[in-house]
Amino acid sequence: MNAPETIPRTIPAPPDRAWPAEGNSRIPYWAYTDPAIYAREQQLIFGGRSWNYVCLAAEIPNAGDYKRTFIGEKPVVVTREADGGIHCFENRCAHRGVQFCQKHLGNAKEFMCPYHQWTYNMKGDLIGVPFMRGVKKQGGMPADFKREEHGLRKLKVAERNGAVFASFADDMEPFADYLGASILPLYDRVFDGRELEVLGYQRQLIPANWKLMFENIKDPYHATLLHVFLVSFGLFRADQPSSVRMDATGRHGALISWKAAVASEGDVQDMKSFQQLKLIDPLLLQPEREFPEFTVVMTTLWPNIIIQQQSNTLAMRQLITRGPESFELAWTYFGYKGEPAELRMKRLRQANLMGPSGYVSMDDSEVMKFSQDGIRPYTQHEGVMEMGGRDWKDEPHMVTEGVIRGFYDYYRGVMGL
Amino acid sequence: MNYETLSPRELRLEVEALYGDYAETLNDEAFEAWPAFFTERAFYQITSRENHERNLPIGLMRCESRGMLQDRVVAIRQTAYYGPRSIRRLISGVRTHGWGEGEMRGVLKATASYLAVETLPDELTRVFNAGKYIDELVVEDGALRFASRICVYDTLLIPNTLIYPL
Ligand SMILES: [Fe+2]
Repeated sequence: MNAPETIPRTIPAPPDRAWPAEGNSRIPYWAYTDPAIYAREQQLIFGGRSWNYVCLAAEIPNAGDYKRTFIGEKPVVVTREADGGIHCFENRCAHRGVQFCQKHLGNAKEFMCPYHQWTYNMKGDLIGVPFMRGVKKQGGMPADFKREEHGLRKLKVAERNGAVFASFADDMEPFADYLGASILPLYDRVFDGRELEVLGYQRQLIPANWKLMFENIKDPYHATLLHVFLVSFGLFRADQPSSVRMDATGRHGALISWKAAVASEGDVQDMKSFQQLKLIDPLLLQPEREFPEFTVVMTTLWPNIIIQQQSNTLAMRQLITRGPESFELAWTYFGYKGEPAELRMKRLRQANLMGPSGYVSMDDSEVMKFSQDGIRPYTQHEGVMEMGGRDWKDEPHMVTEGVIRGFYDYYRGVMGL
Repeated sequence: MNYETLSPRELRLEVEALYGDYAETLNDEAFEAWPAFFTERAFYQITSRENHERNLPIGLMRCESRGMLQDRVVAIRQTAYYGPRSIRRLISGVRTHGWGEGEMRGVLKATASYLAVETLPDELTRVFNAGKYIDELVVEDGALRFASRICVYDTLLIPNTLIYPL
């Protein structure tokens, strides 16, 4: 067994990095570029007291199935054991650090590091060390070397209705408590116990700090302004009924909206890009009401996942950090096993709105690059976040940046900033 | 021209000419001319090799008609927000795989490799997307058109966005 690693709640802040006096309504630009801040995030956020999304259970349905993924920038493997249990451990040989698993998805009986053939079972226990007792009584490991002390670093695992989360902390609260009473029902709305089916993957490398992605999905203010497609084709308007919701800590958030009768033009006059367009092939946008109450729920879970329910497109958007100024956004689209073919077809068509080529998402990816490009040279400056006030709370509208302020309130606590 | 009576070599030259026109149309950003390369009910998709090999149906772009291709062009021209860029597609290794039979009568299967390089204003030109075209061609109004074009890319990690078609 590995000795349980003590996860510090906080470490001293870098002396030259003081958060602006205005508090959560300001974001210092060094938070997006400083390598020391990034290293601290790896330790305290992704490697700390958090439940990190790692995969859907449907990706590893059978005994021996595995998925290779990342938490922050640390490579991990998630496996399905013969008894049906799910395990997660670091993809780093306990011997010399080799990343032994190289395929995104696969099936194996055991993992063998190619370098010296150290072998691990699907739980991450070390089960084989070649020449452990030497060759012809020469060499070999010291007599007191115990395989049990050199297994892979194991993570805690939580599964809830088909999505799998892992944590480096040994004493995490249960996943449902972690989500909190206001976010849990939004999670259970999509993950309601029905069996899931993966419909496709997309991966993009976005040249921006990972927090800009969370800011983007926690920011309903931009939706009708940047996304001309949504407005032009009548999918979304600033006067549409909507709300924002957070958990008690501010770390998780949700943007919620639903369809209602079209109101007057008055309130949308601020949208300079407003024009009405019609699709030549209307098949693309014929959503059907699938979930109760809301048509769009975008849930952001600390620290690495966005759960997307945009009409009939369901997707996990996993953030994998690749340095202070770059992250991978890994999309996993899914539906439900055995769902009607027509509904399945709607998911495939509406996926045109999402991802690196999505009619909506492409705008966000481009803007994140330009944010990073604008921020990079100005480490002494800061962003202003005052839409909807300077505090953070749930609101029955979208003209607010409060969910971003809630995120940074929690972020600063974890980071000691 | 009766394409079905051409020798394999003549046919390949015709397909190469079509691919050349297609690439130049997109390289020149003449997007309005792009849907005309396809039939009315054509299928067009850009998807990754990992999705294609696992038969996962979602890719980056999916069009099920010429109308959906035209809608893509409207989005590129009028609604999408993106920075300026040039994408240049290079096509090689064009191969034809013969005319189909039975239900696939009149359908010519063809494949090719493509490489797309991207140039952004403040950056060096970089390899952007590499992959394979898997095509079904038919003769319409005396010309070869795409009944289906699937672009299967090796480049699993898309450098930020893929705005223009391949
Ligand atoms: Fe957006």
